[in-house]
Amino acid sequence: MDLEYTPEEIAFRDEVRNFIEQNYPKHLKEIKTRSEMTKDDFLSWHRILHKKGWVAPSWPVEHGGTDWTPAQKYIWNEENGAAGTIPVLPFGVAMVGPVIYTFGNEEQKKRFLPGILSGDDWWCQGYSEPGSGSDLASLRTKAVREGDHYIVNGSKTWTTLAQHADWIFCLVRTDSDAKAQEGISFLLIDMNTPGIEVRPIITIDGSHEVNEVFLTDVKVPVENLIGEENKGWTYAKFLLGHERSGIAAVSRSKKQIDRLKEIAKGEQDGTASLFDDDSFKLKLSELEVDLTALEYTELRTLASENAGKGPGPESSILKIKGTEIQQRITELTLEAVGHYAYPNLQGMDLGSYNEFPIGPEHADGVAANYLNMRKASIYGGSNEIQHNIIAKMVLGL
Amino acid sequence: MDFSFSEEQTLLRNSVQRFVQDNYEFETRRKITASDTGWREDYWKQFAELGILAAPFDEEHGGLGGSSIETMIVMEEFGRGLVVEPYLPTVIIGGGFLRYGGTDDQKNAIIPEIISGDTVVAFAYAEPQGRYNLADLTTTATKNGSGYVLNGQKAVVLAAPWANKLVVTARTSGGQRDEGGVTLFIVDKNAGGISTRDYPTIDGLRASEVTFENVAVPAENVIGDVDGGLPLVEKVVDEGIAALCAEAIGGMKVLNDTTVEYCKTRKQFGQPIGKFQVLQHRMVDMFMAYEQSVSMTYMVNLKLDEGVDERKKAASGAKVQIGKAGRFIGQNAVQLHGGMGMTDELNVGHYFKRLTLIDTQFGNVDHHLKRYSSLS
Repeated sequence: MDLEYTPEEIAFRDEVRNFIEQNYPKHLKEIKTRSEMTKDDFLSWHRILHKKGWVAPSWPVEHGGTDWTPAQKYIWNEENGAAGTIPVLPFGVAMVGPVIYTFGNEEQKKRFLPGILSGDDWWCQGYSEPGSGSDLASLRTKAVREGDHYIVNGSKTWTTLAQHADWIFCLVRTDSDAKAQEGISFLLIDMNTPGIEVRPIITIDGSHEVNEVFLTDVKVPVENLIGEENKGWTYAKFLLGHERSGIAAVSRSKKQIDRLKEIAKGEQDGTASLFDDDSFKLKLSELEVDLTALEYTELRTLASENAGKGPGPESSILKIKGTEIQQRITELTLEAVGHYAYPNLQGMDLGSYNEFPIGPEHADGVAANYLNMRKASIYGGSNEIQHNIIAKMVLGL
Repeated sequence: MDFSFSEEQTLLRNSVQRFVQDNYEFETRRKITASDTGWREDYWKQFAELGILAAPFDEEHGGLGGSSIETMIVMEEFGRGLVVEPYLPTVIIGGGFLRYGGTDDQKNAIIPEIISGDTVVAFAYAEPQGRYNLADLTTTATKNGSGYVLNGQKAVVLAAPWANKLVVTARTSGGQRDEGGVTLFIVDKNAGGISTRDYPTIDGLRASEVTFENVAVPAENVIGDVDGGLPLVEKVVDEGIAALCAEAIGGMKVLNDTTVEYCKTRKQFGQPIGKFQVLQHRMVDMFMAYEQSVSMTYMVNLKLDEGVDERKKAASGAKVQIGKAGRFIGQNAVQLHGGMGMTDELNVGHYFKRLTLIDTQFGNVDHHLKRYSSLS
C-alpha cells in the first residue's frame, strides 16, 4: 500500500494545474448556478480542451482520446474539481461517444465522433419516459421500420439541456412482442427532424434544465441505428456504467466545502463567526470525514481499475455516498446563510442592487442550489435503485 | 386531559377549510404568488368577514376572545393551502404585541383596524448581522425631545411589501447584544425616512429589506417598556413559533397524503411502487415524523401561558421537531415522487420550499436546540 504519487504523476499534476490556471475562461468563474449559463458558457471550456486534445481523456487515442493512466485521469478530475471548472457535459463525451466507438460502424464513427469532440454537435439523452423511470426497460417510444427509415413515435422526459441539442440518442422499442429488455434499439436522431417538439420543464429552483421531448412520426434513416436492432439494452447498460464513473465528485465536493467554510467565516454569529460555532463546526467536520471515506473508497476503486478490473457494481457506493454528500453540502450552506436563504432574486431587475444589496453576495443562489441538488438522489438511477444493485449484485441477496 | 376540539373550534376549522378549498387551489395560488402584488387583498377582506382576523383579540376590541388553539387551527389550515396572506405577522405577531404590550390607546386604535382587515403589520426584527439572536441589534432609537429617532437596517421583513405598519425592535440603550436596552415601536410604513426594497421569496411570499434613516417616532408609539422590550419580544415570537408549527403540520400532512397516494398509483416493475418495502418504511417514517410534529404543535400551543422558562422550552422543543420533520418529510416527498417531485408544476416542491424556510423563520434547529439546552 502506498498513497504517494510517482514523480511522473506529480509532473503531470503540475502541467494540468498550470494549464487550467492559464486557460480557464475568467467569466466562467463568476457563475453561481447552472441556470444562468448560456449555451456558449457550457461550450467555451469544452472548446479550449478540445484544442488541447484533453476533452475526452477516457477515449482511446485513435478516436481522439488520451493514453492517460487511471491515475492521470484521477489527477485530471481532481485538479478540475479543485479549480472549480465547469465539467464537460457528459451526454456526448461520456455517454454516446463511447457507445459509438464501441458499437457503431466505421461510417458512424467518422460521422459523429468529430462533432462530439469539437462540441459542434450538442447531444442529449433520450432514455426516461413519463411511464418509465426506475423501470427504464418498460419504455414505450416506438420505432417502426418502413423501407430505409424508422418512424418514431412517443415521448422522452427529464431530457437535460435538450433545448440546446442538435442530436438525441434514444432508446426505442422495435419489437413489442419480445421481453422488455430484448425489444429495444439504440437510435441517433437529428433534433431538426420534423415531428420533434421540445417543451421545457421548470424545476423547483426555477431553472430550465430539463425538458420533455415529443416525437411524432419522426423519420430516422436506418443508418442511424447503433449496432443491431433489438440489442439496444446492452448498449444502454454499457452507457449507464460510464455515466457512473466520476459521479462521486470528490474534488468538487471538497471545493464546495471550502466555499462553505468561507461563507461560515463571513456569517456573523454573536461576537464571532458561524465558523467558530461548535455545533456548526461539528457538522462540517462530520461532512469532511464522510468525504474522506468516499475519497479513499474511490481511490480503492481506481486501484482495482489500475489492476485491470473494470468498475463493478461497487461503483453504486460512489453514486449513493457522492450524491448524499453533495446534498448535505448544499443543506449546510443553506443553514449557514440564515435569513438570507429567503430572497428569490431570480429574474429580478437588480439595477440598483449595489446601492441596496439584499443580503451578502455569498447568499445568492444558495437556496436554488439546495433545491436543485435534490435531483442528485433521483437521477442516474435513483439511490434506492443503487441500493438494489448493491443488494443483488454485491451481496447476492 | 382532553385533546378534542370544541364544537366552535370545529366550526372554525370547517370554515377555514372551506375557504381554502374554494379559493386556494394550487393553480390559484400559483397565480397569486406570480401576480404583481403577490397576495389577494380581497381574500384578506374575506378573512375579516369570516372573523378569522378577530380570533385572538378581546371582545372589548371587537375580537372573538379565542385562545392559541383557535389560531393554531387557522394556521394549520392555511398551511395545508400554502396560504401566503400575512396572518402570522399581522394577527399573531402584530396582534400579540398589542395584546400583551399595547397601551389602551394603541389597542383601541389599531386592533379594530386589524380585525377589519384595514391594517397589515410586518415585524421588522432581524438584522443582517444578528442571525437568530433577537437582542443582537444595531438599529437604534435615540431620544429626541419627547419622541425617538430610528436609524438602522432590518433584514428579510416578511410581508413588509403588503404592510402599512411595522413593529420594529431597536436599541435604546446598552451594547449591541445586551438583553436590556431593547425597545419596541410601531410605526407607519410610509413614515418619512423609511425606505424598502421589496422582493419575492423562495417559498412564494414577499419580503423587504427595510432601512430607517432618521425616522421620527412619537413616544406614544412605544409598545411595552422602554429598554425592557426583550421579554415581550420573546413571548410574542414564541407564540409566532407555535403558529408556525401549526402551519408546518398542515403542509406536512398534504405532502404525506400526496406521497402515499402517488406511491399507490405510480407503477414501475409491474407494480405500484408503494409495494416496495423500502418505500413503505420511508413513508412510515414520514408518517411518524408528522405525528410527532402534531404532538409538539399541540404541546406548545397549550403551554404558551406557562412560566417563562417552561414556555421557552416548549417553543424551542417544538421548533426543533418541526425543523427536523419538515426537512425529512419535504426531502422524501420529493424523492418518492422522483423527477415529478422536482418540477415546479407539481405542488410537492412548493410545500417542500415552504417547510424548508419555516426552519429558518424565528431560528433554525441548531438555534433552538441551544436555546432549549440553556434552559435545561
